[in-house]
Amino acid sequence: MKQKPRVAIFDFADCEGCELEIADLEEEILSLLEIVDIVSFREVMKEHSDSYDIAIVEGSIMRPMDEKRLRDIRSKAKILVALGACATIGGVNKIRNQWMHDEVVRAVYGDAPVQRNELFNVSKTKAINEVVPVDYYIHGCPIDRDEFKHVITALALGKKPEIPRYPVCVECKKNENICQFELGAYCLGPITRAGCKAICPTHNSPCEGCRGLIKKAETECVWQVLERYNLSYEDIRRRCTMYNYGNEECQVDE
Amino acid sequence: MSNDFSIHVEHLTRVEGHGNIELDVKNGKIEKLQWNVVEAPRFFEAMLRGQQYNELRPITSRICGICSIGHSLASLKATEDALGIKITEQTALLRRLAIHGENMQSHILHIGYLAAPDLLGVGSVFPLIGSKHTDTVLKIVKLHRLANEMSDLICGRTIHPIRLIVGGFSAIPTEKQLLALRKRLEESRTATNDVAQVILSVADKLPDFTRETEYIALSHDDEYALYDGVINSTDTGKFQDYKNYQSITNEYFVSHSTAKYAKHNRKSYMVGALARFNLNSSQLHPKAKDIAKMFGLKPINCNPFMNTIAQLVEFVHSTEDSIHLIDKILERGLKEEKPVKVKVKAGRGVGLVEVPRGILIHDYTLNSKGYCTKANCIIPTNQNHANIQLDMEKMVPEIIDRPPKEIELTLEMLVRAYDPCISCSTHYLDVKFV
Repeated sequence: MKQKPRVAIFDFADCEGCELEIADLEEEILSLLEIVDIVSFREVMKEHSDSYDIAIVEGSIMRPMDEKRLRDIRSKAKILVALGACATIGGVNKIRNQWMHDEVVRAVYGDAPVQRNELFNVSKTKAINEVVPVDYYIHGCPIDRDEFKHVITALALGKKPEIPRYPVCVECKKNENICQFELGAYCLGPITRAGCKAICPTHNSPCEGCRGLIKKAETECVWQVLERYNLSYEDIRRRCTMYNYGNEECQVDE
Repeated sequence: MSNDFSIHVEHLTRVEGHGNIELDVKNGKIEKLQWNVVEAPRFFEAMLRGQQYNELRPITSRICGICSIGHSLASLKATEDALGIKITEQTALLRRLAIHGENMQSHILHIGYLAAPDLLGVGSVFPLIGSKHTDTVLKIVKLHRLANEMSDLICGRTIHPIRLIVGGFSAIPTEKQLLALRKRLEESRTATNDVAQVILSVADKLPDFTRETEYIALSHDDEYALYDGVINSTDTGKFQDYKNYQSITNEYFVSHSTAKYAKHNRKSYMVGALARFNLNSSQLHPKAKDIAKMFGLKPINCNPFMNTIAQLVEFVHSTEDSIHLIDKILERGLKEEKPVKVKVKAGRGVGLVEVPRGILIHDYTLNSKGYCTKANCIIPTNQNHANIQLDMEKMVPEIIDRPPKEIELTLEMLVRAYDPCISCSTHYLDVKFV
């Protein structure tokens, strides 16, 4: 039998919730271990190996020292997968990019002597693909466990994992939810990539756009929605900044 | 006696976030001993500026994957305090259930996946599968799944909850779902007891180390405080003026750490399950008290390694109190309630909750349009960093004659015992210099 692919999981600036989603596979993680070998997963194991085929990278990149570590991981991995919104689109970590870098540092560290301290050498938040090439994306904040299994299984079988390119509205309709716009909320469902099973609107809460924006060509409908519910573009744009600040220029393309 | 050696643990494993341990010994003398937090700072409080009152909860949830329910509740309490919102009794009961779900999920994750491998002499939980401990691992997995599914049921999702919103819930479970959960909680007792027995059988591997320190937690007149209470200290007693919490937490900056440190009456203090146990153990459920007795855990216990045991005690308490809360909710009759209407106004609000790792505080100032102008979050793990450092400084001289590998493992175990959540602790803003 062909050798199982060796998988290593790494994390940068984030909440580690997506790694926790992997741990939350519970018994299913045992089935996963039948098709891959996990050789590094700092959050739950002490063992570590630098020899791996697939690197799964969680978190945003904030510092030159982190970029260096990420490039090193990229150089060792045959396949690199970005895990979760912080890694795929920068996510909430990008909110701070709307301020000048110096201003944020001053606001946070005041007069503390951090200028020449590597730990505090922070630049603008970057998604993983702004530093190294990314092969595949597992979107979401947090990720959806079923999508994670789907992507890893495909990679273990040497196939290209497919993920949705249509908006959350499609899945929301399938769940027979009342439209959040009908309930008076601003929802990013029309412009956000599906794959989450429309979990937020299904729990009666508007979509916040954590899986990234879909391509412009497919967002025409959002204008119709805004017009129909008499909503301003500014309001919807402001909501987009929670997960997608500055992402008009760096949309995920696969 | 080993004369010269160095221990450098880079990116300590089986903890949440990135921390390093450094120890240099020359001629049998400690030259350097440091617990370093090297996680990238994330500036959450800076990012809250300009966000609307109802966006503060979803954003701050993202501070931490493990305690996102706790952050959500602290955030909602701060926002509701600022806006003068009074939640309904049903909301308060359901939120208490949510916090139990998270406490159980986080505690069993730490006890089973992060701490137990050290006691059983393995690097992670994976090698235990197929060993004589397979059954125990599967029981831990089952309990973890139950706690997560309980959180899913109440909050819509365990990691980054959805249903918790300002003034109430966006959706609630049905009576049938609550009854099914109640049944599963009852059935889980056997598995919990079995896991406790296994931990007891290796409890002698927990280092016998003590250092007196100050313990701080919330206390409540009527219950073992988690969702609500006033700040309480083993040194100085209760502190009612919650909006002035900074006079207790006194955060300060150290150059080798991207997380703030804290101190109150002494050079450091400890928060978390052991602190709560030391302050409030008389209010635990009798079944939880039995577990404490089984391990000889009595207040005031000053062995930080016993924090893991205190978590086990709390796991039982949260299981039993959840059953009690479900009964109470159903007795009252479950009602579809709309969230309390919000009248936007300017003001400052502070929310305090006990999360798995200790006392968590969110503090927001809103302008007259309901947008946040200033925010501060006090994270449990920050409050423990100085205590970890001082524990190391007392412990290493006591064990310095042992092989370096053993010293390294004991230091790692010490940090793990605190169950640190380092992503949380590097959220940062408003540094106070002392």
